[in-house]
Amino acid sequence: MTSEAPRLTVVTGSDASTAWRKRTFSVISHALLIAASILMLYPLLWLLSASFRPENEIFNATSLWPSSWSLDAYFRGWNGLRVSFSVFFLNSFVIAILCVVGNLLACSLAAFAFARVPFRGRKFWFAMMLMTLMLPGQVTLIPQYVLFRSLGWIDTILPLVAPKFLAVDGFFIFLMVQFFRGIPRELDEAAMMDGCSWWRIYWKIMLPLSVPVLATAAVFTFIWTWDDFFAPLIYLNEMKQYTVMLGLRTFTDSTGESDFGGLFAMSVLSLVPIFVFFLLFQRLLIEGIATTGMKR
Amino acid sequence: MTARSMSTSTVSSQRAVNNAWWSRAWTNNAPGYLFLLPWLIGFLGLTIGPIISSFYLSFTNFDLLTPPRWIGADNYIRMFTNDPKFVASIRVTLFFVVFSVPLKLAFALGVALLLNRGMRGLPLYRALFYLPSLLGASVAIAILWRQLFAGDGLVNQVLANFGIEGPSWISNPRYSLWTLIILSIWQFGSPMIIFLAGLRQIPQDMYEAASLDGASKSRMFWKITLPLLTPVVFFNAIIQTIEAFKSFTPAFIISGGTGNPINSTLFYTLYLFQEAFGYFRMGYASALAWFLLLLVAAFTAFSFLTSKYWVHYDE
Repeated sequence: MTSEAPRLTVVTGSDASTAWRKRTFSVISHALLIAASILMLYPLLWLLSASFRPENEIFNATSLWPSSWSLDAYFRGWNGLRVSFSVFFLNSFVIAILCVVGNLLACSLAAFAFARVPFRGRKFWFAMMLMTLMLPGQVTLIPQYVLFRSLGWIDTILPLVAPKFLAVDGFFIFLMVQFFRGIPRELDEAAMMDGCSWWRIYWKIMLPLSVPVLATAAVFTFIWTWDDFFAPLIYLNEMKQYTVMLGLRTFTDSTGESDFGGLFAMSVLSLVPIFVFFLLFQRLLIEGIATTGMKR
Repeated sequence: MTARSMSTSTVSSQRAVNNAWWSRAWTNNAPGYLFLLPWLIGFLGLTIGPIISSFYLSFTNFDLLTPPRWIGADNYIRMFTNDPKFVASIRVTLFFVVFSVPLKLAFALGVALLLNRGMRGLPLYRALFYLPSLLGASVAIAILWRQLFAGDGLVNQVLANFGIEGPSWISNPRYSLWTLIILSIWQFGSPMIIFLAGLRQIPQDMYEAASLDGASKSRMFWKITLPLLTPVVFFNAIIQTIEAFKSFTPAFIISGGTGNPINSTLFYTLYLFQEAFGYFRMGYASALAWFLLLLVAAFTAFSFLTSKYWVHYDE
């Protein structure tokens, strides 16, 4: 409503023409942005509508509205492989939730040490941590694989989950350090005076005050693990252990060529959790990206 | 006798000093290291250890089943002299990086500039443009992309309405890599958000002063907006380039894990995966991984060294 304010001033000729120019500019910009949004969202909407279409209509229709709606593809796709998608979804949820717990615990511990607890070598280790952010994962991939294999962890979720409890995602440590540094030091100094231990400061003061950053880290961890394809591809060979992403990939290899409806229906379902997080935590995600510049 | 007892007493007092030093060092540093412990174990066991051992493995013929045997620099020599697939994968990856990153950043900056002019509905547009970045890494999106650009896919159906008969984009080596570049550009949302945050940091009074001096809009963009935004451009460029080097899933899904047609989507990471887990040439794959590390490190160092000539930080 602030845009109404200039009308109160006396409208001279030149003001009227700039106002008109501004209006045209704004109309053109909106038209451009709306066109771009439609272009960008069209594939997603098309995927959604294709999953509800009768099979014979999928490749003959560019419109987004199916001639008749059916859930057939969802039932076909759900049981389209030897193992049903309920197993894949359960596996994905278990892995993602364990990763969230691991990341929150381990990363916040490390971040607390870097942000608050004085010790020798803190700067050095912090620099090391920052360097791991740039590291391409391929360079640790093979020795890690050999290690997990010798531990007998192949075909278990341990190689996907256990590293999170050792804070391997430096991004979240960095994110949390930034946040912890913003919390007034007076709080822990006062607690120190009262004889609080570092652990109590961390557990009773820091963590309760850090809910926003913990939530951001949790949501991103969930989405990234849910999406992850590479690690499950390497470590999980048994179909019973598959995640949703591996299930989809197997679908494209086997029945996918004949049952596009089922494949699209399962693709849609695999995106639902991410979409729900997007709807619920949109502001958190966008702020998280804006403040730390996370990659996605 | 006295000399001896004296010397033992200095030794024991020395020891007492040592003990005191140790216990002080312990009480001063133990809490920090205890909090750091999980990360430290992970860093040494899952990062530094593996980096060193993959460097060692890169000089062996390790195949996972038999113990590694030292073969000197053979892996590296083979890479550069006798491996057309390596050359192809480097070419594909560099092509992808060189085209996808600037185009993606240009889109991100363009839309951010448009949105930053106090557009109504900014949160809605921002959210809509961000959605593809969030979903884009998923296997489901790669599957969708494969269908969009297939011979009978959506793109060709739309083109058919205009009487154009499009090729099968994904199975034609001239276009297949471009479908992946378009997929990457489609995800311009997250750099856009970072640009928007950067644009908001530019003090408005600079524009007011410039417009009082009669500067035109385009002059203000080149002389104020862009220079002040260079740190953000720099940051985005580094992050997106490293991401582009590491890109794997779309190429894997769209080519069915092969990198075909004619190696035109054989990303470096995909080739490395094939060597390591398709043929179990773990030694060779380690050499590939180390070369990738050097490539990324060289790129980052180069960017930081040249940044002082074009990135403006606050004086």
